Formats: sequence, C-alpha cells, structure tokens
Amino acid sequence: MSNVYIIGAGIHPFGRTPERSGRDQGAFAVREALADANLEWSDVDCAFGGSQASGNADIMVNDLGLTGLQFTNVKNGCATGGSALSSARAAIASGEHEIALAVGFDKHPRGAFNADPAAYGLPQWYGETGMMLTTQFFALKLQRYMQLHGITETTLGRVAEKSFRNGERADHAWRKTPIDLDTIMNSTMINHPLRKYMFCSPAEGGVALILASEKKVRELGADAIKVAAVAVRTRPPGSFEVFAPGLDVNEGEKPTTLASKAAFETAGIGPEDVSVAQLQDTESGAEIMHMAENGFCKDGEQEQWLAEGRTEITGRLPVNTDGGCIACGEPIGASGLRQVYENTVQLRGRGGARQVPGNPKTAYSHVYGAPGISGVAILEV
Amino acid sequence: MSANLKPIAEGLWTDTNPPKLIGGRAADGKIVFPFPEGSAGDQYERYALAREGTLWSWTRQEFRPKPPYDGPEEFTPFLLGYIKIPGEAIVESWIVDAELEDLKLDMPMEFVLTPFDDTRSTFAFRPKS
Repeated sequence: MSNVYIIGAGIHPFGRTPERSGRDQGAFAVREALADANLEWSDVDCAFGGSQASGNADIMVNDLGLTGLQFTNVKNGCATGGSALSSARAAIASGEHEIALAVGFDKHPRGAFNADPAAYGLPQWYGETGMMLTTQFFALKLQRYMQLHGITETTLGRVAEKSFRNGERADHAWRKTPIDLDTIMNSTMINHPLRKYMFCSPAEGGVALILASEKKVRELGADAIKVAAVAVRTRPPGSFEVFAPGLDVNEGEKPTTLASKAAFETAGIGPEDVSVAQLQDTESGAEIMHMAENGFCKDGEQEQWLAEGRTEITGRLPVNTDGGCIACGEPIGASGLRQVYENTVQLRGRGGARQVPGNPKTAYSHVYGAPGISGVAILEV
Repeated sequence: MSANLKPIAEGLWTDTNPPKLIGGRAADGKIVFPFPEGSAGDQYERYALAREGTLWSWTRQEFRPKPPYDGPEEFTPFLLGYIKIPGEAIVESWIVDAELEDLKLDMPMEFVLTPFDDTRSTFAFRPKS
C-alpha cells in the first residue's frame, strides 16, 4: 500500500448553531477543507461520510456541486468518522483514487441519546427499571477501575479542569470558559462518582479532511501530514460495553486495546513515540482509562500523571489539546474526525495559543463509542 | 415481602421459593443473563442463577431517568451495580438495603425481590448480612 496524506482540514465550530442543519455544517467543513488544500470540489475523486442523526452525507452534492463523484454514505455510530477516514485512506492507498474526502457531521438536541431497549435487542424491563442509561455505564466502568487502581475523584476533576482550560484556546470549541477544580468537584452528582462538569454533552458540528496520494502531494506542493495508520475495531468477547444487563464472567479484551495495538503495529512505532494525543473523553474517567487502554501509561499511573500535569499542553504527553469532547461536545458523526483535525493542526504547528511546543512529529487519536467500537488514527509529519 | 406484587416481566426469575434469576446456558456451558429473547434463545436452555455473588461495581441514579423508565413519578435516587455470580455471569441489578457509603468492591451480596411501584416487583441484590 502506498502512503496517504491529509492535505486539507476543515471544521465547523462545535456547539449550537440553530440556523444551520447538521449536513450544512458538514458542507461548511468541506468548503473549509478545500480552501485549506487550495482545491476545488471538482478535484475530489471520491467521498466517504455520514452522521448518526442528521441524515445521509451524499445529499451535500446538491450544495457542493454535481460533479458525478463516487460518494459512499457511512453510518457507524461513534466510529462514523473513523470508518470514513479508514475508507478514504484505503481508496487512495489502493491506487484507485488520487484525492478523497472524509466528512462527518451531526446535530443532536439537548438531552439527546434516549435509548429504546428493542432497538438494542434488549428486554423492555431493562429500560423500565432505569438501568439503561449511558451515564450509568460510564460510572460503573469507572467506579470499578478507580477501586482497582487507586484513582481519586480529584483526578477526575483535574481532567475536566484541563479540558475547559484547553477549550478556551480552541476556536472550534463549544465550552470556552475555564471552570476551577472546586466548582467541578461541587457540581451536581449525575452517577457517582461522575458529576455534571465531568461529562460531555450532545452537540453539533462538522469536520472534513481531504486526503491525497504521494503523487498529488508532490504535484500540489501541499502542506501534507502522513496518515501512518488507521484502525477501527469492534468489541471482542468479554468486553464491558454500554447497555449490558449481563456480562461474561470471564473478562476479556477491549475494542480500544485491539485498535490501538493494530494502529501502532501498522505505523511501526510505540506509545513512547507519540508527541500529542486526542483520547475519547465522553467523561473525565474515560480519558483516564483510555490513557492506559491505549498504552500510554500503566493502570493507576494516571493519578500521578494528572497531579504532575503531564497531560497538559506543556506536559510530556499533551492529551485533548482542544478540550476534547468535554469542551467541544459530542456530535457523534463528527467527533472522531475532530480529533484528527486537531492533530493535523498540531503537526502543522498552527495551534496558536494551544500549540504543543517543540514541533510535535507524531499525533495519536482515539474515538470510542456504542456498542463497543474503537477507532485509532496515527499521523506523522 | 413482594408477594402481592406482579413481576415486572415474565420469565425473569423463577417462581420457586426462594426465587432465582433465569439465565441461559449454551451447549458449551457458557451462561448468559437475561435469557435471550426470540430465536436467539434457541441455542440456550433455561438456567437458574445462584442467589449469591460479590459486588463488581456500583453507582447511584441521582435523577429520574427519561422513558422507557417507568417507575413512580415521585423519584427517589436508587443504587445499582453489577454482581459477579461466581462461575456463572455478572448481572446488572438494583441494589437495596444499603447506602452508597456502605458499598465496597467484592463485598458479598444476595438476591432479593423488591417493590418496583405499587403493583409490580423487580429484582435486586443487597449486602449479605
């Protein structure tokens, strides 16, 4: 397989944009990405994209232009962006296309993510008794992890504090007001040990990436970032996932560890080589657990890492430099691509107030979601 | 205790005394909970789970969940968690007769039926006395 590069990255600000549909936010991001790559829509050979709740992506040709390109709709839950990126990369690596688009967008109303037991193949009583809530899953996974590995509630607060601090420095972030640790630790308890300001919220946004072959990069003289690896994995037996009335008594691997190992293997590097990471932070405990699941530290070491500020922008491994899901909110179809967008910005040295110092060379992103899907992308300068 | 209440669902626990949760056992011995609905259940035989286990994780539901939650309008926060039934399965369940502060990893728990609302009962686990 030949090398594939990101030559354009565009984003529609996350948060709430009442006057614009989800798909319009996606199309906005595509125009931004094209402008960034100095290309026209007619230059794009093929496209992959989608949303969870804002319809099919291919309709956006009505706005962008009827160029006749191949446009594949992707609907893969939280992995929608990761699957679009993976497909766009493969389309170029195979030699079939020279320029491909990956786009993701969504628009969720406040308090979205209601769950219907039947849609998940689960009995009605599970929902009726109030046990089918995503927030409970995050709390239950985290509670056990904290008990086993000595993570304190203060450390959860520190993660959220960092998210809001970084969000203030990111143009595309939703929550741009710093919140101090005390306020976070005294905010409303949602599901113990998780409090209001430790969670991300359903939101809106769109992200687009233009990928190109090595030949095109040379032709265009583009500011190109190499896509060293993309790996998307579904859950193995015995993993603990959302909406599980019963679990296998033999605990197994996690989709994240599988995707992470596969991506590192493809890229031919290890966690110690990564200069900046965007990790799924649906809530602050997820960021903590995903630091270990992705191989960046051992279970329990996060306590010291956070206390010492090692995941700050100026730390040894900056994590979620744009404030992650906690500061940006989570439009499902766009969220995974936002992480890759942020890594592209960082590797090009265009991060402004949130730029990781020392010319970062390798960037890692990890998206995770229901019903147990994980997507990892590694970029290199 | 819940003798006059109707179970929240049929086939969720046995009508034996004492009652037990009903899971499924596959040909290879693997046990699942709950018993799979529809044709997925064809590969399983009904299996009554043991009534004792240990606390695997827990949290407290602080606000009234949105539908399909069907509990009383007047909401009281409730505890829930996962109970590991050794050699069988890890089961998600309400936790009763305990406070958040009482709960400890791996503490012994026992199965119990508990009122869900004025007319229905559901299942729960409680710390073993």
